[in-house]
Amino acid sequence: MSDAMRAATITISGHGGDEIEAYVAQPLDTAPTGGVVVIHHMPGYDLATKEIVRKFASMGYLSICPNLYSREAPGAAPDDAAATARALGGVPDERLVGDVAGAIAYLKGLESSNGKFATIGYCSGGRQSFLAACSLDLDAAVDCYGAFVVATPPEGAPLKVGPLLHLAENLSCPLLGLFGAEDQYPTPDEVAELDKTLTELAKEHEFHTFEGAGHAFFAVDRPSYRVEAANEGWNKIWDFFARFLAS
Amino acid sequence: MCTYQTALVDVSGSGKGRDGWFPVTKASVYFDHPVSAPADHTLNIDLMNPDRGASARVAVELDPGSARQLAYAILEMLDTAPPGLVEPA
Repeated sequence: MSDAMRAATITISGHGGDEIEAYVAQPLDTAPTGGVVVIHHMPGYDLATKEIVRKFASMGYLSICPNLYSREAPGAAPDDAAATARALGGVPDERLVGDVAGAIAYLKGLESSNGKFATIGYCSGGRQSFLAACSLDLDAAVDCYGAFVVATPPEGAPLKVGPLLHLAENLSCPLLGLFGAEDQYPTPDEVAELDKTLTELAKEHEFHTFEGAGHAFFAVDRPSYRVEAANEGWNKIWDFFARFLAS
Repeated sequence: MCTYQTALVDVSGSGKGRDGWFPVTKASVYFDHPVSAPADHTLNIDLMNPDRGASARVAVELDPGSARQLAYAILEMLDTAPPGLVEPA
């Protein structure tokens, strides 16, 4: 493997056939390999998220991040796009699922795809990764501290989100959950409830909660970054994908 | 966390953004992750004009204490303005 990769902004067909922006990265000299859809956090399709996409490619996976705010703010800076999307009520769940399906369809069409796909999301994207895994036929999914999978969002919040626990019976693939012990969104109790529900439903999953870490401990450009939890979390991700995305 | 909590307010006035002054018509107020401020969470205000696109935005990210001071200062200025200049709330 030469470590060569191609990364580019492209246009894909998202929910409802809408043309949306996406950032894709792929290793150039790989045997058929798995694909990872990265679901960006609520602050948007930003540089840090694109860096994560390239990180997956550097580890041998096809990787893509759809810009979930393409429709509201085409061509805008990530922070402006996030502000606009927020003011308009955020990303509806149905549309998220359609956009992730479109991203998977794009990866499936690449010559180096082995036909196996995962989602990973951070923060609001963690919730959306779980949503995608309960709505699409996937091979693996990772939920990094997604809030409001179990709990109900605060009243009066104009954004179109609600709890997802009722969808757990539809979980289509093994789920890796990575959480911070000091996080309040989701709380350790919510994580325990999700764990219990998935166990009762005999859904394959593994959850890891890191001491000394709160919300967004993977975010290298934010004060919440916790290097030990993030490094260990990445190791869990590589191990998980090696098991479930291998040819 | 992503709090999701957002207050939307109709506003009338002008803001100075990337391309100069423009009329602002909406304010989005929320306590959530900042993009730039060195904190986990901040009180964020976006003054926007949706008709002019996503870039027509004036944004601030304030720590909670300074956001309260700003809010008090705004109310004080309005409440102590010379008689007749401000319509009663």
